[in-house]
Amino acid sequence: MTRPRILIVEDEADIRRFIRLALEREEMMVFEAGTAVQARIEAASRQPELVIVDLGLPDEDGKELIQDLRNWSSVPVLVLSARDREEEKVAALNAGADDYLVKPFGVPELVARARAQLRRASIVSGGGPSSSIARFGAARVDLATHQVTRADETVHLTPTEFRLLAALIRGHGKVLTHRQLLLDVWGPGYADRPHYLRVYMANLRQKLEEDPTRPHHLMTELQVGYRLAGLDFGA
Amino acid sequence: MMNDTRPDPDVLLEAVSDEEKESARGRLKIFFGAYAGAGTTYAMLAEAHRRQESGVAVRAGVVETHGRRDTGRLLDGLSVQPMRTVRYRDCALAEFDLDAALASDARLILVDELAHTNCPGSRHEKRWQDVHELLDAGFDVYTTLNVQHLDSLYDIVAGITTVHVRDTIPDHIFDTAQVVFVDVTPDDLLERLQTGKIYPAETVPQARQYFFRKGNLIALRELALRRVADRANSDVRAYRLHHAVQTVWPTRERLMVCVRADPRQESLIREGARLAERLQAEWTVVHVDGLSAERGTARREALRRLARLAEDFGADFANIPGEDVARSLLEHGRSRNATKFVIGPGRPSRWKIWRRPLASRLIAGNPSIGVIELGLAGAPPPRAAPRSRAGGGVVTPLILATLACAATTAVAAMLLRVFDLSNVVMLFLLTVVFVALRLGKLAGAWAALFSVASFDFFFVEPRWSFAVSDTQYVFTFALMLAIALVTGQLAARLRADARAATAGERRATALARVARDLSTALSVADIAQVSDRTIAPLFGVRTSVLVPDAEGRLLTGEAASFVDPPVARWAFEHGAPTGLGTQTLAASGALYLPLRAPLRARGVLAVQPVQGELTVDPDDRRLLDACCVLLALALERIHFAEMAKTTQVRMEGERLRNALLSSVSHDLKTPLTAIRGLAETMERARDLEPPERIQTSRAIRLQAEELRRLVGNLLDLARMQGEGVRLNREWQSLSEIVGAALARMSGSLADHQVVTRLPADLPLVELDGTMFERVLINLLDNAVKYTPPGSRVLIRAEACGGWMRVDVEDDGPGIAGGDPDRIFEPFTRGVRESAIAGVGLGLALCRTIVAAHGGDIAASGVDPHGTRFVIRLPQGTPPDIEQEDIG
Repeated sequence: MTRPRILIVEDEADIRRFIRLALEREEMMVFEAGTAVQARIEAASRQPELVIVDLGLPDEDGKELIQDLRNWSSVPVLVLSARDREEEKVAALNAGADDYLVKPFGVPELVARARAQLRRASIVSGGGPSSSIARFGAARVDLATHQVTRADETVHLTPTEFRLLAALIRGHGKVLTHRQLLLDVWGPGYADRPHYLRVYMANLRQKLEEDPTRPHHLMTELQVGYRLAGLDFGA
Repeated sequence: MMNDTRPDPDVLLEAVSDEEKESARGRLKIFFGAYAGAGTTYAMLAEAHRRQESGVAVRAGVVETHGRRDTGRLLDGLSVQPMRTVRYRDCALAEFDLDAALASDARLILVDELAHTNCPGSRHEKRWQDVHELLDAGFDVYTTLNVQHLDSLYDIVAGITTVHVRDTIPDHIFDTAQVVFVDVTPDDLLERLQTGKIYPAETVPQARQYFFRKGNLIALRELALRRVADRANSDVRAYRLHHAVQTVWPTRERLMVCVRADPRQESLIREGARLAERLQAEWTVVHVDGLSAERGTARREALRRLARLAEDFGADFANIPGEDVARSLLEHGRSRNATKFVIGPGRPSRWKIWRRPLASRLIAGNPSIGVIELGLAGAPPPRAAPRSRAGGGVVTPLILATLACAATTAVAAMLLRVFDLSNVVMLFLLTVVFVALRLGKLAGAWAALFSVASFDFFFVEPRWSFAVSDTQYVFTFALMLAIALVTGQLAARLRADARAATAGERRATALARVARDLSTALSVADIAQVSDRTIAPLFGVRTSVLVPDAEGRLLTGEAASFVDPPVARWAFEHGAPTGLGTQTLAASGALYLPLRAPLRARGVLAVQPVQGELTVDPDDRRLLDACCVLLALALERIHFAEMAKTTQVRMEGERLRNALLSSVSHDLKTPLTAIRGLAETMERARDLEPPERIQTSRAIRLQAEELRRLVGNLLDLARMQGEGVRLNREWQSLSEIVGAALARMSGSLADHQVVTRLPADLPLVELDGTMFERVLINLLDNAVKYTPPGSRVLIRAEACGGWMRVDVEDDGPGIAGGDPDRIFEPFTRGVRESAIAGVGLGLALCRTIVAAHGGDIAASGVDPHGTRFVIRLPQGTPPDIEQEDIG
């Protein structure tokens, strides 16, 4: 199996260095760029399978780079940002990013997110999941038959709950913003009613998580959206 | 003939006696400052040295150096008079020795602090009285004074500083002395204060807290500058009063256009405007309101139009009361420093042919004021205009007079049987006097004619004819006519006087009431209320007070509904009356008057008539303008008071920030030192064993984590201070936020046992998710720091009684003694000087955030040990969620 190619776009050399060391230990091939200009060249020539972008670049806003990238590539983008304002995160996600990490972040977290994005990308590029069965934790969801079980016990979901869960599964671990989920599950009239999401997410957690207040899969990105972690496909 | 140049005898006498005294009297020079520490004493001593060098014998009677070294040094070389020791209630007080000064042979005496109050038992109660005596004895005196010691400014100063100054001096002392203003800017003063040049270092903080707040200083300086500027104006006036009263300072041309209440006089105003422009002169328009003049509506309307025209041309319109036109004009002209009267063509009076024309009377009255007589082109020849009279107003008295005379005739016919004819004529005389008194001159004359006619016709031989046989009755007729006319004239004047007095009284009372109500106003809202309750009823109008915001833009958001914001803004920005009844934007439904205070416009008064038209009687208009001035002054006073207050608040914030900074720098350096040390250890010790290396790098990571939390809190605090607490409220699920907080804290909480008790059916609550997550993280962080590993941390929530209650509880050692509430103060930690990092900023932040949500947070102990934080948030009513069918 070939080693996955990762492009790091970050102007701070030390941060680039530790990210590279961490990812190389995970058997990944790492390329570096310090500016947006360099990043465009690297991205075109190296064809990376994951791009890690710092939003605060010296020559350009990272968001613009992401938008450019999205014009010709569906490569997963993981955003690094020191700006912990929610609007910033939402803007980056809307620009086409798939996930984000707020600085300062830990190495294990970075590696986990990078792996999740690579896995998702491989599923998408492989023409979608090979199976209609999705699994996370003790839960098993059959997207074809709408069968949901937890620890082999049937779980009853309402149609909306199922649509929400299916939307999260289709995201394959990508952070889905409130707006994206509301439009997808409820339709255009509900885009500004995030409390719907909160109620239905709480229901899903009650039914599918072991400890609903400390979820391991149906993760909250506060003020931003939701993400399904630890997703697998196949029987 | 009257002599207009003759000054008021009392004024003259006063001036003369002043002058006499002046030659023998010493001169007073006041070194005037805005606040203590301005350097008035220093300036006084410096000036005294100069005088001494020029050969004047100087004696320092009393000089307060307040231990200021620079000032004390200046005393060297001056003859200093010892102080007198006065015993008062067991203490020895040092006082100025007046008798020693009087006995000295010095020419100039220095007496510091004019407003000082002498201790009981001294000759005078106040020091200024001592100074007065010195001046009377022929000594020159130099003294110092601060603005807060002026009687007239007592209230304002007390309002600004909240310090009540006990020692004040009467303003006339200040106004008659030579004044040197010793200026120092508030910033310089504060710097001097800080460096201990004003007060001993140990009292500086106290002084700064009370009197020497920057806001106070700015306001006091403004006040002092204004007071000195006022004095400069009054100096010119005083000088004029002093030197031959009739001479007018020809500083600049000042025209006074004198009009009659006649619409045709509009051209006179226009001509006056052109003339004023050519001469680059200031000008005013004056109308003398003859007391005996009739007050028909046509005349009022004419006056109104003249006043409006004058104001449109930018001239003030004055309607001055006075029976003698020339004398009133001369008086007014002199008081306003007029250089030229502009008058129209005279109106020859059929009845007053003996009177000289106005122009020559004005010239005779005061030759220093020129008279320009304009022959108005296009104006109709100056014929006596028939006095316009309202029909009912003239006919009714004539009918009444006729009836009275008829009745008198009837009564006289009866009386004639008993009395002699010459006595009966007295009855007619009585009637004439009575009619003239009650019904006016015209009716009196009519009654005289009618009486004479009927007396002649009915009673004088030959009867039943107008022929007169006895010539002595001709004399009776003439006499009766004269009496009727004179009485009528007198009565009319009396009535006019009474009317003018009543009107004046009404205005004065109204103004006094407005001023009194405004003096108690403490906010703009109070002032608006005074305008609504006191001013509006006075004129039968609705009013609304508009004030500008901090950037000087007029706020129209809270104005009454009748206010048209663009028109109000125009009036404010151009400082001119606008809207109804003016030439600008006259289509507007209301009149907008700028509220001009001495420094700048403070707002706009919108005036809307309750019904129909705005009365623009010049007198009413003047009263309204006076009210505007009062409003503007009140607004300015509040502006200054607020300025002092906000400066205070800002300084408080600065103090807090400084305390925070010094506290934070300690907490920042601790983890930084650890990180640096640990990293260097790893760098040098290459042979570090793997377990040790892991331990060291783990320690670095933990310190970095700590640093991150601290910086996070600091950034939050800075953001909240900069922008205020801005909440992004949404209907949130509490368990979701608890979950996010626990996920973020999972590393630190690894050694603790976390228990959550959140009911599944907990309602949504409206709050800012990120902010509330910070609250929980800070509380959890607190629990981690102050409990040993293995302790239990419990998060519990329930909804009850309209509140959502969230508890964060641990079973650690609890809060160390004292008030549990104290730990929410910034920079407080339960355990003093512990090695545990954190500025205690976290809990202060918690309280700020929870309070911004309208809730509260409290800490208490738990039995047998532990700490419980209880947050209460208002629950509100969550939005509905459409139910779906279970499929």
